[in-house]
Amino acid sequence: MESRKSHIFVGLFVVVGVLALLFIALRAASGSTVTAGETYTLYAKFDNIGSLKVRSPVKVGGVVVGRVTNISLSGEYYEPLVEMEISQDYDKFSETSSLSVLTAGLLGEQYLGLQPGFIDDTVGTLEDGDTISDTKSALVLEQLIGQFLFSQGEN
Amino acid sequence: MDNFVALKDVHFSHGQRTIYDGLSLTVPKGKIVAVMGPSGIGKTTLLRLIGGQLRPASGSIKVADEEVTQLSRKKLYELRKRMSMLFQSGALFTDMSVFDNVAFPLREHTELSEDVIRSIVLMKLEAVGLRGARDLMPSELSGGMARRAALARAIALDPDLIMYDEPFAGQDPISMGVIVKLIRSLNESLGLTSIVVSHDVDEILSIADYAYIIADKKVVAEGTPDELRDNDKAIVRQFLQGEADGPVKFHYTEDDFAMDLMGEAHG
Amino acid sequence: MDRLARLGATVTDAIAGIGRALAMLLGAIIGKPTPRKSWPLFVQQMYVVGVLSLIIIVVSGLFIGMVLGLQGYTILVDYGAEQSLGPMVALSLLRELGPVVTALLFAGRAGSALTAEIGLMKATEQLSSLEMMAVDPLRRVVAPRFWAGFVSMPLLALIFSAVGIYGGYLVGSGWLGVDEGAFWSVMQSAVDWRDDLMNGIIKSLVFAFVVTWIALYKGYRCEPTSAGISKATTSTVVTASLAILGLDFILTALMFGG
Repeated sequence: MESRKSHIFVGLFVVVGVLALLFIALRAASGSTVTAGETYTLYAKFDNIGSLKVRSPVKVGGVVVGRVTNISLSGEYYEPLVEMEISQDYDKFSETSSLSVLTAGLLGEQYLGLQPGFIDDTVGTLEDGDTISDTKSALVLEQLIGQFLFSQGEN
Repeated sequence: MDNFVALKDVHFSHGQRTIYDGLSLTVPKGKIVAVMGPSGIGKTTLLRLIGGQLRPASGSIKVADEEVTQLSRKKLYELRKRMSMLFQSGALFTDMSVFDNVAFPLREHTELSEDVIRSIVLMKLEAVGLRGARDLMPSELSGGMARRAALARAIALDPDLIMYDEPFAGQDPISMGVIVKLIRSLNESLGLTSIVVSHDVDEILSIADYAYIIADKKVVAEGTPDELRDNDKAIVRQFLQGEADGPVKFHYTEDDFAMDLMGEAHG
Repeated sequence: MDRLARLGATVTDAIAGIGRALAMLLGAIIGKPTPRKSWPLFVQQMYVVGVLSLIIIVVSGLFIGMVLGLQGYTILVDYGAEQSLGPMVALSLLRELGPVVTALLFAGRAGSALTAEIGLMKATEQLSSLEMMAVDPLRRVVAPRFWAGFVSMPLLALIFSAVGIYGGYLVGSGWLGVDEGAFWSVMQSAVDWRDDLMNGIIKSLVFAFVVTWIALYKGYRCEPTSAGISKATTSTVVTASLAILGLDFILTALMFGG
């Protein structure tokens, strides 16, 4: 009798533990849902990436479509090269799409904003391994202030 | 071979302290052998050596013709199923009832069904007069009852050898009498071989077939109870009659008292 | 010269201790599994070690989560960032407080009890008596307790974190007025399944292993007297707590430092 009771309690204990795991996994954490499925890889060169990090999101109009997977310096002039994985669900971006480093709010994380380009018979779509050439760098506060002071001085 | 247990020239030390220096004794099959001696000479150690829990520095210990000191762990565990030991405290498992305690070795070592186990356990409890106490927990038992329950557990597997470690220590005269009677009757009815370690001279000599007195790291006297009573060695006399000082010193090994007081002995 | 000798003795003692502890553990967990006999023992120990620790874990988790919510809010509100309360509570619980506080509580609640129990079994000759009955006390007594501790502590840590997050939510959203939707959604985008949740679980598995091991070893090797048992119990709590904190630093550096 005694052992039956403890068996039931132990069973309940394990169930509660698993429920806690599910609660955390579903309610509190996000699996990398966007990059969980099939993805393709795009590259982009920037002058300055600001504080962009690996795993930063790539968004189109606020919707996450992919994530940054690697950041390195490339080429003769050591330009920052960002590698990102975009969900296969969104595979019809025009070659004229542009990419900019944006900031979520005043103090928020930096992310990549993808602005889809126009679609025309003369332009193709971005394929796996392509590089987006139209990029805008991160706004760096010190540079902005510098430019502002410089233009004040000229007047 | 008539001897169930035979120790020959056993040397054993615990840390720096030598406990046995050339100990030899034999225990004939089906007999009750008493091992007596003053406290602190390692009588419990002797039982542990026989049970293979401790290994001697040198010498031979044979139990049922097997050399305990050389046995592999697996063989030793096999051998231990044939012997059992009644610990001084009883050593009942405090988280089980008396019934489960007695059933424990059966459940561990046999594949018997619960029905059969139940009958065996009740039989063993009946033998020690505790059938009515089967549902009590060890903490609810008196010292004497706990020891009897432990005895029931010790005979659960019908061993060939039982070792009793100070079975009479701290018992009132009635339960002492009960245990004396039990040891004798179990030995006769189950055909056991028994080793009883004790310093309660009168009780133990009343049931023993043969007795050893251990002192000073070896056997100093042996014989049947009557022979021992007639023995006129000083140490035997001292022990059997309970004199305070004699060949066995009242004091633990020490320096000269006067020197010690002067603080020179350790200087 | 004397000091040098003492240092040497301390080091050799420590190494010998680790060796003995390892031998005990291997003796307990290596060998032919006997599920029919060991499963009930394991469940029994899960009850003693896990279920009976639930109350302290749930209550502490709830309060720690609520305090985190309260403290976090007062700091974050200065920066107008009270929406980040969710991730703050969740990340501190999942990465640090969940595994560490659970392990500390576990060492105090279950670890000390394990040490005292085994110490007492040794003092009352129950372990010797098992051996004489040809039952290996390592397999019979130590192994089920080890596995129960190893399995139940991560579960307890998960429950602790879940309850704590809920406590933070109660205070943050119910009392201080952080928007409920924002609380959960900002948390979701900030907490990563693999980086945060899995690393937290790995931490608590490591702690579970070490705490249970220490508790069992201290009990198994303790001096079989009342003073010896009390010393061993204290030593379990102290050693286990220090081990948890030290290991936590190392694990954190490995997981999140790079």
